[in-house]
Amino acid sequence: MLVKKSSGLRYSDITPRQVYLERRKFLASLPAAFLAGRELLSPSARARAATRFDRLAKSPLSVSDPPSSLKDITHYNNFYEFTTAKEAVADQAAEFRTSPWTVSVEGLVKQPRTFSMDEILKLAPLEERISRHRCVEGWSMVAPWIGYSLSVLLNQAQPTGKARYVAFQSYFDKSQMPHAAYAGIPFPYVEGLRLDEAMHPLAMLCVGLYGESLPPQDGAPLRVVVPWKYGFKGIKSIVKVRLVDEQPPTTWNLANAREYGFYSNVNPAVDHPRWSQATEHRLGEFRRRPTLPFNGYGDRVAALYQGMDLRKNY
Amino acid sequence: MRSRWIKVAVFALGLAPLAWMGWRTWNRDLTANPVEYLQHFTGNWTLRLIVATLAVTPLRKLLRLPALIRFRRMVGLFAFFYGCLHFTTYLWLDKDFELREMLKDVGKRPFITAGFAALLLMAPLAVTSTAGWIRRLGGKRWQLLHRLVYLSATAAVVHYYWLVKSDVRLPLLYATLVALLLAYRLIAASRRPAPRTAR
Repeated sequence: MLVKKSSGLRYSDITPRQVYLERRKFLASLPAAFLAGRELLSPSARARAATRFDRLAKSPLSVSDPPSSLKDITHYNNFYEFTTAKEAVADQAAEFRTSPWTVSVEGLVKQPRTFSMDEILKLAPLEERISRHRCVEGWSMVAPWIGYSLSVLLNQAQPTGKARYVAFQSYFDKSQMPHAAYAGIPFPYVEGLRLDEAMHPLAMLCVGLYGESLPPQDGAPLRVVVPWKYGFKGIKSIVKVRLVDEQPPTTWNLANAREYGFYSNVNPAVDHPRWSQATEHRLGEFRRRPTLPFNGYGDRVAALYQGMDLRKNY
Repeated sequence: MRSRWIKVAVFALGLAPLAWMGWRTWNRDLTANPVEYLQHFTGNWTLRLIVATLAVTPLRKLLRLPALIRFRRMVGLFAFFYGCLHFTTYLWLDKDFELREMLKDVGKRPFITAGFAALLLMAPLAVTSTAGWIRRLGGKRWQLLHRLVYLSATAAVVHYYWLVKSDVRLPLLYATLVALLLAYRLIAASRRPAPRTAR
């Protein structure tokens, strides 16, 4: 009787385990890859499962403007690390790795500490806060952000009496952000707020949008939302928060100091050197609408700037 | 190259961007910011067609295809056509047809001054593009007048460059193309023997 000698090879030795496990997915993806390449695949087909947040409190700080559509908020983004084309950020950022993620809070604090995303999500009850968002370019939208006031995080670290400003830094990784080299601004992206601005209840630490965790293009996994300032002050994908005693450098100010100031409060009376800030184009609307001082939040935040010349401190 | 149909095809090609814009408008597929999309789309095509117009003469010589001249007027008029559409989107969607507001903008904002100048400079060229006008002006004077397109192209590129926030790759690409096309003319002119004058 002839007995076949075993070659000693198993299937798993020939095909890498990961490929083997995903063989159906691989086969299913072939026609699509053949036809279209990744650009033409709908981004939703590739997006990772987002976490759904339940039992969200409704924030008393919400505005009554109707929110922009999820499609607009997620397909019209300025996130120069990925690309300078606003419609293309969703696609370019789709594979952005946001887990595991940690944020360190350091500098002039009594309790410097590194937080995991799980810890961040449990620091305070998450609330849905509908905010206006006004971009320095002259367009605006309304977004139902999810999170809590930034002061919650800062208080965890207990700023010392010397702390006067908060400096933020975004994640940056050339291998995940190959187009960043063409953006024309330095990375990692940095931003800053005066401590009293950062402690204002309207300054928000944001982890979600429309009931779910933040999509990459909107600053996953966590960002800052400062609704009375131009959008670029709302730094995305934060990895470092540092309490400091001097006004920290900020990216757009480094790129062009004459056009982008440290404060960058929304102000229809102070034009950008190249275009007017008197009106804005709200996504989903046809006609331009007047821009409001402090983006309509003046009754709550104007006191922060009492006695300051906002023309000089633009 | 001599067939009428080629001219018809080029004309249809010139309308293709407009058709594409119409199709996307019909399908409500103009991105989250339709106004900006229409402005950028019409502006981009104006610039592309200006470059195409400027490329006709060098291509005729380099490719030894003198018949290309047949298309130059049409391409130039299409550039003016998309330029007018571009201006209309601005006047209508940004300025609500308020001429005084628009003129204030033209005076105050350098990038709009440049864009407005680029369009104004094209207008006399469009008007005098007919055979009748060439005859009336005489070839020499007509040619001199139509050199305004060099200024218009330069103003259009400057308009684009000043508008962009920080990623200037595309404006620089157009600037390079226009610079090359103008440099070609300078070099060609310097090589041409000086015209003999009667003594």
